[in-house]
Amino acid sequence: MEAAQDGAPLFHKGAGLNTLVSGLMIGKFRTAAEAAGAEVVDARSPGAALGAVARLLKEEGVGQDGRTAVWADGPLRSMFHPELLAQMLPGLVLEVTRETAAAAHAGITEFDYGAAATGTLVQDASAAGQRLASTLPPVHLALLRADRIVADTASALRLFDPARCAFLALVTGPSRTADIERVLTIGVHGPRRLVVIVYEPEASHAR
Amino acid sequence: MPAELREQVRRALEHPHLSAALTRFSEDYRASRARAYQGIDFESLRARIAERKAHAVERLDRLAARFMEAAAARGAHVVRLHAPSEVREYILSVARRRGARLIVKSKSMATEEVHLNAELEQAGIEVKETDLGEWIIQLARQRPSHMVLPAIHLTRDDVAELFSRETGERLQAEIARLVRVAREQLREKFLHAEIGITGANIAVAETGSLVLLTNEGNARLVATLPPVHIAVVGIEKLVERFEDIEPILAALPRSATAQQITSYVSILTGPAEAADGGVKEMHIILYDHRRMEMSEDPLFCQALQCIRCASCLNVCPVYRLVGGHVFGKVYTGAIGAVLTACIEGWDASRGLEQLCIQCGACRDVCPAKVDLPELILEVRRRAAAAVPQPLAARAVFSIVSNRRAFHALLRAASLAQKPLADGPYLRHLPLWLSGQGKNRRLPALAAEPLRDRFPRLEQPRSDRRAALFAGCLIDFVYPEIGEAIVRLLNRAGIEVVFPEKQTCCGAPAHFSGALDAAAANARDNAEAFSGIEVEAVISACPTCTVALQQDALRAVRESGARQYLAEAEQLAGKTVDVATFLQRLVSEGSLRLPGGREMPPLTYHDSCHLKRTLHAEQPPRELLRASGYELREMQECDVCCGMGGSYSLRMPEVSSAMLARKLRMIAATGAGGVALDCPGCLMQIRGGSAASGQPVQVRHTAEWLAQLLDTAN
Repeated sequence: MEAAQDGAPLFHKGAGLNTLVSGLMIGKFRTAAEAAGAEVVDARSPGAALGAVARLLKEEGVGQDGRTAVWADGPLRSMFHPELLAQMLPGLVLEVTRETAAAAHAGITEFDYGAAATGTLVQDASAAGQRLASTLPPVHLALLRADRIVADTASALRLFDPARCAFLALVTGPSRTADIERVLTIGVHGPRRLVVIVYEPEASHAR
Repeated sequence: MPAELREQVRRALEHPHLSAALTRFSEDYRASRARAYQGIDFESLRARIAERKAHAVERLDRLAARFMEAAAARGAHVVRLHAPSEVREYILSVARRRGARLIVKSKSMATEEVHLNAELEQAGIEVKETDLGEWIIQLARQRPSHMVLPAIHLTRDDVAELFSRETGERLQAEIARLVRVAREQLREKFLHAEIGITGANIAVAETGSLVLLTNEGNARLVATLPPVHIAVVGIEKLVERFEDIEPILAALPRSATAQQITSYVSILTGPAEAADGGVKEMHIILYDHRRMEMSEDPLFCQALQCIRCASCLNVCPVYRLVGGHVFGKVYTGAIGAVLTACIEGWDASRGLEQLCIQCGACRDVCPAKVDLPELILEVRRRAAAAVPQPLAARAVFSIVSNRRAFHALLRAASLAQKPLADGPYLRHLPLWLSGQGKNRRLPALAAEPLRDRFPRLEQPRSDRRAALFAGCLIDFVYPEIGEAIVRLLNRAGIEVVFPEKQTCCGAPAHFSGALDAAAANARDNAEAFSGIEVEAVISACPTCTVALQQDALRAVRESGARQYLAEAEQLAGKTVDVATFLQRLVSEGSLRLPGGREMPPLTYHDSCHLKRTLHAEQPPRELLRASGYELREMQECDVCCGMGGSYSLRMPEVSSAMLARKLRMIAATGAGGVALDCPGCLMQIRGGSAASGQPVQVRHTAEWLAQLLDTAN
């Protein structure tokens, strides 16, 4: 826990105290993210994360009736060959522009950190594609490495140098408004559905 | 109070759902805010924010220069502009250069302050607000009535009507559908606008960063989709360091909307990649109209600490009745009254500061520790100094500040009222005790004031002596409260003295901004109590207690009557509210409360000054419980009853509405009696209860306690 309080990410190195601590952080993150209206899905490996993406896109009807999804550049995306992605994820568009993002039903982006206390996703979104894919489509799938969950947003902010990051984005739950009679309504300008896929960076041995 | 404002108040109170909607919101807000802050040390968090913001306010010029340098180094065009017209012209010139025909905006109070939209529209440019509430307001051609929830005064039917007109399609008043319509309509605008304009919640000097908080995601889109981004940032948004973001980010969502964090927080440092590749054109306008003057003012510099959470509106018992169209201009509520005066001048704000009842609820919740009630009083003082007071008001204070004349008048009034008295209630009373009595029956002046009855009270001689400070209401209207205190203290073996020359505590003058009259009262009381050997000066009116403990010293210091300072300080040091003193006597063993018997249930009303200034809300409750009374807490027990001294006479409509609500809360407990610790609240609630046709017994805590001594004997 100390490492987390200091703001350093918890690196998962197989079994041991770190796994336990990491498990606690994921639990906290999940509770807070769900309280903010996000869904949280666990994946035991990058492959499982891709499987989760495929399942969720299918559930949303992507690949049918011309429904598309965009996936902004990120480390998980680059682990897989584009042909494999095209095969597994029908309707996926890898080029994120304002046109493709505005037309897409789902956007997939990869976040740098998660903040457990509030269930917040944190990302260097200086590249426009990250912002387009996470804001324009009605469904947003957010990928987050399990070992990149830190205690809170304050810890996460300290991991960025603003001089090297033109647009630092914190996202917590879907887009919301309560501007009409204070009735909470989801998905006003941004996504109405946010699913966070928390994945282990390598196949997990812990049981 | 200008007639125009009074008329607005009347109309707001008659509005079919305005105050109902706002009141529901403020009730929910209390509970949800408390939940949002669970596990967080609010006091230390707000101390940190206040320190960081005050630090910035002291060096705004330097921080502005540093911000401009840092943001320019990252590639932004940064300008510092002073007058509203300069902001409008700058934005127009960018728009012309870019050939802009459509501009999208996310919420920015600074642009509202400079009336930007009207100027742009006049130049033939279409402007769209994209925050849902702001868009609704724009379609309704109104101004926001709340700083965070701009359209809180409108219903779904109003919105359906506005959207139907905009889309040319007949829309049902179904909220989810209306939100979808907004999404579709505004999405087109986002995609086609040439310029996006935002404000900023925080500007970081050392890095040149802007922080934007939204729930809808519109600021993200406004800053991302159009090729040009212009941020209009009030210079007071500056903080020095990047880590200064942390405490504000922790408090702003919790205080504003009772959220742990908003859905989107964007931190922009220089232009990012534009939506169609390339680099964005980013302009930052640091806007400082009047803010530098404020930063140099010893008092009003504090108002620059505000982080615009609007919690001062959400807890204000007056705001929730009249709303922000009445209580505010561009900025609304308590902070609105202060900012309007500072930024737009006394002319613009005149009257707004009169709406404040000085209950202090906003001071308790302000995450930036802005002492709003004090700043509002200062607005009153400066307005009073700038504008001649009406003759009647001046006459009142010239009498109140002259003890002999004042007391002679009160005695005369007590004789004169005889033919008009209707039992213990009266409709016409002199001075500030006179006025509307429609929803509240006003008490008659006592036939014989406490000061005349006092010498006849039989008291045991004792080495332990305390002095009683009665205050006008107990002396001339409720002498029985004074007598109850004497009996309680006698029971503890304390002899009570009543210095004859004591006079008004100075609060009426203080709260009206009449510093000289307050100082005269302070001087008279300092003299009256000097040389009297007592262990304490007991006050049974929290407003008097605060006046003697705190405000009198200030009045003496500032009026130049410093020769009385030592005596006033001595009086201040000895003054204590009666419940705290009795509690002390109980715990040291000198006073034994009868207790042990089943007593009827009471409900307790917290007086504003006792709870929020003296923080003495527990002693009366503990004393009453120890005496066997069952306490049934009412909802919102600490929300002002609407008395507020002369407020109930200046703003009778608002006062009556607050009273009506208080009476409903009391009735809901089913308790047959109300205990309270302030004769002003007593006058208000007892009078209201009597007029309601279902009277409950309303008494001062000292009376409920003393009554047991009598029956115990």
